[in-house]
Amino acid sequence: MSETINWILVLLVLTGFMLLGSSRLAACIRLIAIQGMLLGILALRMQDGQWSAAGALLPLISAVVKGVLLPWLLMRAMREADTVREIEPFISYNLSIIAGAAGLALSLWLGRQLELPNRPPSPLLVPAAFFTSLVGMIVIVSRRKAIAQVLGYLALENGVYAFGAAVAPRLPVLVELGILLDVLVGVFVMGIAIFHISREFNHIDIDKLEALTDRL
Amino acid sequence: MTALLISLLFFGAGAIASLIFANRGRWPTMVGAGGVILGSLCGIVPATRVALGAPAQSLRVAWDVPYGSLYLRLDALAAFFLVPIFVICAVAALYGAEYLATYRGRKALAPPWFFLNVLAASMVTVVLAHNAVLFLMAWETMALSSFFLVTFENEKESTRQAGWIYLVASHIGAAFLLVLFVMLGKENGSLDFDRFTASSGAGTLFVLALVGFGAKAGFVPLHVWLPEAHPAAPSHVSAVMSAVMIKTGIYGLLRILTLLGPPRAWWGWALCAVGLTSGIAGVLLALAQHDLKRLLAYSSVENVGIIALGLGVGIIGLSAGAPFIAVAGFAGALLHVLNHALFKGLLFLDAGNVARGTHTRELDHLGGLLKSMPATGATFLVGAAAISGMPPLNGFVSEFLIYLASFKGAVSGDASSAVPMLAAISGLALIGGLAVVCFTQAFGIVFLGQPRTVHAGEAQEAGRAMLAAGFILAAGCVLVGLFGASVVRSMGPVIRGVTGLPSISVGDSLAQAADSVARVGCFGAGLTALAALIGGARAITLARRSVASAATWDCGYARPSPRMQYTASSFAQPVTETFSMLLRTRQSLHGPQGMFPEGAEFYSRTEDPYQSLIFRPLFRALSRAMATLRPFQQGKVQLYVLYIAATLLVLLLWEVA
Repeated sequence: MSETINWILVLLVLTGFMLLGSSRLAACIRLIAIQGMLLGILALRMQDGQWSAAGALLPLISAVVKGVLLPWLLMRAMREADTVREIEPFISYNLSIIAGAAGLALSLWLGRQLELPNRPPSPLLVPAAFFTSLVGMIVIVSRRKAIAQVLGYLALENGVYAFGAAVAPRLPVLVELGILLDVLVGVFVMGIAIFHISREFNHIDIDKLEALTDRL
Repeated sequence: MTALLISLLFFGAGAIASLIFANRGRWPTMVGAGGVILGSLCGIVPATRVALGAPAQSLRVAWDVPYGSLYLRLDALAAFFLVPIFVICAVAALYGAEYLATYRGRKALAPPWFFLNVLAASMVTVVLAHNAVLFLMAWETMALSSFFLVTFENEKESTRQAGWIYLVASHIGAAFLLVLFVMLGKENGSLDFDRFTASSGAGTLFVLALVGFGAKAGFVPLHVWLPEAHPAAPSHVSAVMSAVMIKTGIYGLLRILTLLGPPRAWWGWALCAVGLTSGIAGVLLALAQHDLKRLLAYSSVENVGIIALGLGVGIIGLSAGAPFIAVAGFAGALLHVLNHALFKGLLFLDAGNVARGTHTRELDHLGGLLKSMPATGATFLVGAAAISGMPPLNGFVSEFLIYLASFKGAVSGDASSAVPMLAAISGLALIGGLAVVCFTQAFGIVFLGQPRTVHAGEAQEAGRAMLAAGFILAAGCVLVGLFGASVVRSMGPVIRGVTGLPSISVGDSLAQAADSVARVGCFGAGLTALAALIGGARAITLARRSVASAATWDCGYARPSPRMQYTASSFAQPVTETFSMLLRTRQSLHGPQGMFPEGAEFYSRTEDPYQSLIFRPLFRALSRAMATLRPFQQGKVQLYVLYIAATLLVLLLWEVA
């Protein structure tokens, strides 16, 4: 069992690296979709034999929303905004990957330092969750396109989800559903906002929105 | 307590209703003013009863806020401050209803009424609060609501500037208070006032309270916001702020003093020093002003100085174990709180009448208003005489009590306490004398002589409500003055609450002080009666003769014009010249030249030396230092996220490692 979980976690880390290194937005969306699916499987595997209707259903719903619904929304937003790839990120792709490697080292160290109430099923779980969150942060900070920001936010959310699976395998149904709804609505709103911004300004470059600040 | 809660309810209802009916012409004025007046009438009864000795009441409701509890307590000290708060708020609302009416159609009137109600409610809560969290919340609400009232005419650049200065000053004060309460709470494990006990660091706590509350009260050098904010605000708001809001600073200082245990002598020395500086600097700067409301604002600094002086004398008496000095000092300070509320409220309202009637507050553009605005002039005269400490008006009673305490201390005390007492006597005498000059100037320049400009010539008397408000306060000044002795005698409960002395010695000392007040008061009343007698005799003598008025002897110059009268600065010149080292008045003079001089000009301007020598350089240096942080604010979303992420990461690492 631990074997499967480890495989999933390794894949999670690898998708994280690929997210940092790819410039095509469609590829990034696909990677996020894969991450969502992986997390669904992870949550299923964490059930540990004690099956219940809610326990089985929730990971499935989460996998569908994160793996199918959100990517579809984002793809649509991408097409509407007419942006295919991220050009000139603030931090080059190579540098992002190096930063990601440093983040992985940090996560591994943190994983050993952090004391959790119950032992996670795999020693890799906490570092992988942290790493995924860090990847999300790096993407948010380093990319220009608004869609990339949304992707970073989703990766961050995935990391939090994985961490939640490690710390509290059995969250109340309502909380899980609430989080899911939160993410869905968040992405939905961002999708609409991106569409409107691109129609209004003919681009979705976040850094060009500076004029809207109250900077003196 | 129920009546006070109902009064708070009235304020709340007035605030909300004035917003709901914002678009209905006179409605916001009616419900807003109605809320303040009804709430004040409702609250003044229990406040007066407790101030006169009825047992204290308290109300305690648990509250979800950490360390907070809705703990309200009405004791004698709180009640003593509540009385002027209710009186002034009600009178100001009455006045404001007519004063603001001229803005109707040009500006939204719902916000000022909303904020006046909020200000009244927050002042009442500040005084009643017995829990630090509740107190600070009410304190902040008070600062913010008065900020919005000050910036009512926010289309003017100068008003916005004044608002910012006020906001910054009050937040600097609040920062000190926060530290003060955190320190007190840390020591005692609770933020309820009655759990605070004498702690080891009482000296530090006293200094924190002095600075924090002093910023609100307007102690020099923290007074710089007063001369900016008071002129900018609408007149009834200036009256409320100057008459009662700044007194919440005095209240807070007294409340903390009662919590800190037996006071040290050096606290008294410090308060005396602060009081003398504030008093002298305030009255000198008032004398040098050209703007009527600015003059009144500086005079508030002066009067707050007198209050601090009284407190200082009282504390020295308390620490030296001399009950009479303590009682008379505190009684003088507290009574001056009440008196200043009455006459400064009155003077600001009259200044509002003048500004409304002539469209200017510039002293040198006014003159001769007594003929066109007789009622305003008469009440202003009462206020001016009272603020100068003239018997038989109320200002005299409180200043006399402080004199009494200081004389007693100077004669009977040992050398170490005699020095501050002597300083207090001479300082008080100097302040009193300068105040007489200052208000003679204000009254003389504004109301006597000939109108200096067309505006002043076309002045119109204020409406009925505005005059009624002034008359109420003027009557208060006269009544407290005439019945000074009884007022002093009835201050037993509040003095007991502040000093913690046994009621017999407080009663004895107050009776003794009241007797002196009565004797001197009789003498003052006799003098006034004599003056009235002379005036009557003059009237009778002149009744049967013809009276004609003619131009004064003009030294051969045939065409004197109203502009040749004494100006404000020329009247004050002998004094400002004497104190030129402190005032640093800047003058420029282009005198007349040659046989047929073309033009000449004279210009004098007195900046607040504390503003120009301390605060402006300080804030300039601060903003220069802060400019180095500018690169951090790029307006890029990504960077901001990076800051947040980095902070979180560092915190996490710090916690883990």
